Amino acid sequence: MVERHRPGHTTPQAAVALDEKGLALERLLPEVLARFNPELGAAVDLVTAIVNSSDVADACLTLRDSPELQMDYLTCLCVVDYEEHLQVVYHLYSTSMKHMMVLKTNVSPDDPVVPTVTSVWLGADWYEREGHDLFGVTFEGHPNLAPLLLYEGFEGYPGRKNFEMPEYAEW
Amino acid sequence: MVDVSLESQSEGQLDTVQMLVNMGPQHPSTHGVFRMVLMVDGERVVDVEPHIGYLHRGSEKLCEGEIYAQIVTLFDRLDYISNLNNEMVFCRAVEKLMGLEVPERSEYIRVILCELNRVASHLLFFGTFGIDAGAMTPIMYAFRDREKIQSMFEAVTGARMMHNYIRIGGVKNDVPDDFRQRMNGLVGEIRQGIDEADRLLSFGEIFLARTKGIGVIDAKKAISYGASGPTLRASGVPMDVRKDAPYSIYDRFDFGIPIGEKGDSWDRFYVRVEEMRQSLGIMEQALGQMPDGPTITPTRLVLRPPQGEVYVRGENPRGEIGVYLVSNGADRPYRVKVRPPSFCNLMAIRELLLNTYVADAVVILGSLDIVLGEVDR
Repeated sequence: MVERHRPGHTTPQAAVALDEKGLALERLLPEVLARFNPELGAAVDLVTAIVNSSDVADACLTLRDSPELQMDYLTCLCVVDYEEHLQVVYHLYSTSMKHMMVLKTNVSPDDPVVPTVTSVWLGADWYEREGHDLFGVTFEGHPNLAPLLLYEGFEGYPGRKNFEMPEYAEW
Repeated sequence: MVDVSLESQSEGQLDTVQMLVNMGPQHPSTHGVFRMVLMVDGERVVDVEPHIGYLHRGSEKLCEGEIYAQIVTLFDRLDYISNLNNEMVFCRAVEKLMGLEVPERSEYIRVILCELNRVASHLLFFGTFGIDAGAMTPIMYAFRDREKIQSMFEAVTGARMMHNYIRIGGVKNDVPDDFRQRMNGLVGEIRQGIDEADRLLSFGEIFLARTKGIGVIDAKKAISYGASGPTLRASGVPMDVRKDAPYSIYDRFDFGIPIGEKGDSWDRFYVRVEEMRQSLGIMEQALGQMPDGPTITPTRLVLRPPQGEVYVRGENPRGEIGVYLVSNGADRPYRVKVRPPSFCNLMAIRELLLNTYVADAVVILGSLDIVLGEVDR
C-alpha cells in the first residue's frame, strides 16, 4: 500500500493500557513460556508473545494446560501478511479465569509452515483451513487441508497483499 | 430414548448399505447456502461432511481497500440478521484504537437498538426453528412482532436492513422525538407476544419429542470447538461478553444470563427465548436512564488511527463476535479479521449429527441458528 503521509510526518503509535488481568499475565508469561524464549509485548490492552513457528503447538499446549493460565478457548486464529513475513495470530481466552492473550509467530511467505493446533483446540480446524486457503500457510499435521472458502482449483492466495484482483485493475 | 449406537445395531441380522445424501446448498432448512453431505446407514447418520464458502465475498480483503467510515457498511452485510450489533463492534474497534470517547446518549441509543436487534434476530430464529420441527404457526406470531421492530428500525435509522446507523464516534442522528414513548409501547407488546408464542410452541408435546435430547454437546466439547453465545450457554457455560468483559455501558444494567442444562436442541432454543426477555429488561432500564446530549463525537471523514492493533469482542445474538484490526497509520486498515460466531458454532455440526437420525439433522442444524453471510464472509 502506498504511504500517503506528508514528508517528515511520523505515524503515531496506539497507546498501551493494560488492565489488572493483563498486568498479571505479563508477570506470569515469561515463567510459563520460559522454554520457548518468547518475545513479549503488548498491543493496546492485550499481552502478546511471539514464539518460533516450530514451537507453536507446544506453546499452545503449555498455555492450555498451565494451571495459572488455563487458555481453554481459541477465540480467533488469523494470518496477517506483512509482506516480508506472514504472521499467524492466535487469540486465546480462558473461560474460567476470563483473561485473554495473543500468541504470534512469524513465517516466511515463500515456505510458510506452522504446526497445527487442532489437537489442542478442536475449533482450530476451519480457521487453519481458511488460513491455508487465503494465505497459503501449511498447517503441518492438519487432518484435512481441503479448500474451505474458495473453490477447488483456485489459483493464488487472495488474502495476500500481492494478490491482484482482476476487476480492480480495470478501474 | 431409542438406542441408536452402533453396538445395538450390529447385533441385528439386517444387512445394511450406506448411502450418501446431499443436503443443500439450495435447501430451505439450511438457512442460506450451506451444504452437507450425509453418509446414512438406514435412518442413521454415520458421517457428515459440511461444505461452506458459497457466499464468500472476500469481505475482509474488501475492507483493506475502503476508508474506515465505509467499512461500517461492509459489516452490515456479514450477519444480515443482526446488522446493528455488527456495526457496533467495528465502530468500537476503531474507537478503541483511536482512544475516541463516545457521547453518553449515543451509548444508550446503541445499546437499546442492539438489544432490539437481538430480540428481532431471536424472533426470526423462533419462527424458523418451529418450521424446522414441523410447527407452521409460531412463525406467524414471531413475524408479527418482528415486523413491529423492523418498523421501529425504519423510523430511527431509515432502513429496515443494512442500517449504516452506528458510526465511528456515535450514531448517525438522534432518535425521533417520540422514541421513548414508542419504545415503551413496543417493549410491552413484544413481551406479551413472546409469552403468547412461548405458550404455543415451547412446551408442546410433539415439539419436545422432536428437540429434547437431540443433538447434545457437552460443555467441554463446546468450549474446545470455540462455540459461543446461546449454543455454548445451552451446555451450561455462563459465558457472555456483556458480563465477562462489559463493554459500552452494559455494566450499568441488571440482567441475567440464561443457561441450559444438557446442551440439546431444546436448551439451545429455550435459552434464546429467555434471552429475549432479558433483552427487554435491558431496554426498559436503558430507556429510563437515557440522558440528553450530543449523539456523535465529530471526527474527520478520512480517519487515520494510530499504528497498532486491537482486538474487540462483542456479544451478538449468535455468539461472540470479534474484530481484529491492524492499522499502519494509513487511512485504510492494514488487515481486518472478523471472528464470526456462526463459523465456530457450525464447526461442531459433525459432532452434533453423528449417530442421530437423518430426520433430526434439520432440527439440529436449525438449533445452531447460523447465518451464512458471516460464516463465509
